[in-house]
Amino acid sequence: MLSESSSFLKGVMLGSIFCALITMLGHIRIGHGNRMHHEHHHLQAPNKEDISKISEDERMELSKSFRVYCIVLVKPKDVSLWAAVKETWTKHCDKAEFFSSENVKVFESINMETNDMWLMMRKAYKYAFDNYRDQYNWFFLARPSTFAIIENLKYFLLKKDPSQPFYLGHTIKSGDLEYVSVEGGIVLSIESMKRLNSLLSIPEKCPEQGGMIWKISEDKQLAVCLKYAGVFAENAEDSEGKDVFNTKSVGLFIKEAMTNHPNLVVEGCCSDMAVTFNGLTPNQMHVMMYGVYRLRAFGHIFNDALVFLPPNGSEND
Amino acid sequence: MASKSWLNFLTFLCGSAIGFFLCSQLFSILLGEQGDTQPNILHNDPHARHSDDNGQNHLEGQMNFNADSSQHKDENTDIAENLYQKVKVLCWVMTGPQNLEKKAKHVKATWAQRCNKVLFMSSQENKDFPAVGLKTREGRDQLYWKTIKAFQYVHDHYLEDADWFMKADDDTYVILDNLRWLLSKYNPEEPIYFGRRFKPYVKQGYMSGGAGYVLSKEALKRFVNAFKTDKCTHSSSIEDLALGRCMEIINVEAGDSRDTTGKETFHPFVPEHHLIKGYLPRTFWYWNYNYYPPVEVSLEILLLFKYFD
Repeated sequence: MLSESSSFLKGVMLGSIFCALITMLGHIRIGHGNRMHHEHHHLQAPNKEDISKISEDERMELSKSFRVYCIVLVKPKDVSLWAAVKETWTKHCDKAEFFSSENVKVFESINMETNDMWLMMRKAYKYAFDNYRDQYNWFFLARPSTFAIIENLKYFLLKKDPSQPFYLGHTIKSGDLEYVSVEGGIVLSIESMKRLNSLLSIPEKCPEQGGMIWKISEDKQLAVCLKYAGVFAENAEDSEGKDVFNTKSVGLFIKEAMTNHPNLVVEGCCSDMAVTFNGLTPNQMHVMMYGVYRLRAFGHIFNDALVFLPPNGSEND
Repeated sequence: MASKSWLNFLTFLCGSAIGFFLCSQLFSILLGEQGDTQPNILHNDPHARHSDDNGQNHLEGQMNFNADSSQHKDENTDIAENLYQKVKVLCWVMTGPQNLEKKAKHVKATWAQRCNKVLFMSSQENKDFPAVGLKTREGRDQLYWKTIKAFQYVHDHYLEDADWFMKADDDTYVILDNLRWLLSKYNPEEPIYFGRRFKPYVKQGYMSGGAGYVLSKEALKRFVNAFKTDKCTHSSSIEDLALGRCMEIINVEAGDSRDTTGKETFHPFVPEHHLIKGYLPRTFWYWNYNYYPPVEVSLEILLLFKYFD
């Protein structure tokens, strides 16, 4: 009896020590990450003054030179978001295609024939590159829970050369790896697409099965792959340092701003030239579409540096 | 012998598993406390936090949406500013003591700042908010009585301070710039009022209470007079209908508030209901009430989006 109880007690002690060790280790890793937070790569939006120096005609030419191809990765369970996204912001992409894990009736999509998000992403990027490398110079990937304002994306990219390896969005740092969160949308220039595609066929650098013990999310895997090709993630910000790609919804931002900056809710909230918000419901997407593109306060004139016209026959722009 | 050491080993394993489990629970509780406060700020009703912090000092708890912040440096608001001076709108917001912190506060922080003058009408006076006390009871059946008393108060104290007098609820959003654009085409000395026109029950139609309505100065004068001279009845449980009937009696015209393309500008529901095709079923009462035939939602919408959070 005594020996049993003592071995039980020994077991308890060992178990708790083991658990404590693991938690401590976990904490130290997180702590490390936080400390290195300021080593983000930041990428800024173009300056208003710089843009106004460019002549009107040149600006038109410039705005036409951006061809954005949108990749939306969907699964059958996303059907209601898929429908909303299809009817709203994706109409503003120069071309938008939906890549689905399997064929869904009524909704046109390109079948990736896999349920794994990383595999879907790889296949989608390969498909896009193989088919459209000559026609588009920027590739934007998003989930259907994201709402994107493509015109603001084009404005952000205005003075950026697509033949340079750009990989931008809302970045997160995980240990040593800085990656663009898929929830805020991922932007790749054609040069990055080229490099990515050359690596996709090399399993040592860009494996199809990332993590050993548990699965690594697809956005992290993408970052690892791109790193091998010398492409690094950059966090997109406006002239005031606010994130332009957002993983939260407007509602959430405003709620936080109401508690943190009750006197200056707008200041504490989000960028005026935000490109993406995530976590919207299908209904909210329609309201966003209306609010962003149609609702106007009479008598307020915004001297926009660039003009983008709505697509032909679109009812909600 | 062997079985005893086996048993020992088993109890050891058991012990270590239990130890591990207990320890992890303990840690998750300790860490969980830190982790939980963060989502609390995000998901909890922010109003609750406000009333916790700012029980006494309302000034500090004041919220300001501050939409005129620096990013729109190149925004030209001359026309809007001009209209602000030319078309003076007094807004009064129908609210109650229990809604001051929950709803009226947000109206005050956002669109109400764009009225030339705003008043919050409640059954009881609140000097801090500030809210006018109409000395009535609260409740849906009191709405018409509150409306009458509110318009009376406005007439007695602020008649010369504005040209147009708008009534809105505390769950309504009004885009004042667009309202002024609509009203700029009319003379406030004319007896006319605007809102979302409904056709049943009143020959010239009446304005939906939820969508908000705005009276010209002449209309306000006549309305207040109508009660002094008993032309209109005081009691009714249906505020908008009663007001509409009264307006007809005193010859105040029910105006057409649609934009230049024939689309409605006053909306009794939240945007989703109006924007998404088929959201409101064809059998819904709303479709039969609209005075004008339905066209798609307006580009120059004015207001009213009810039932917001």
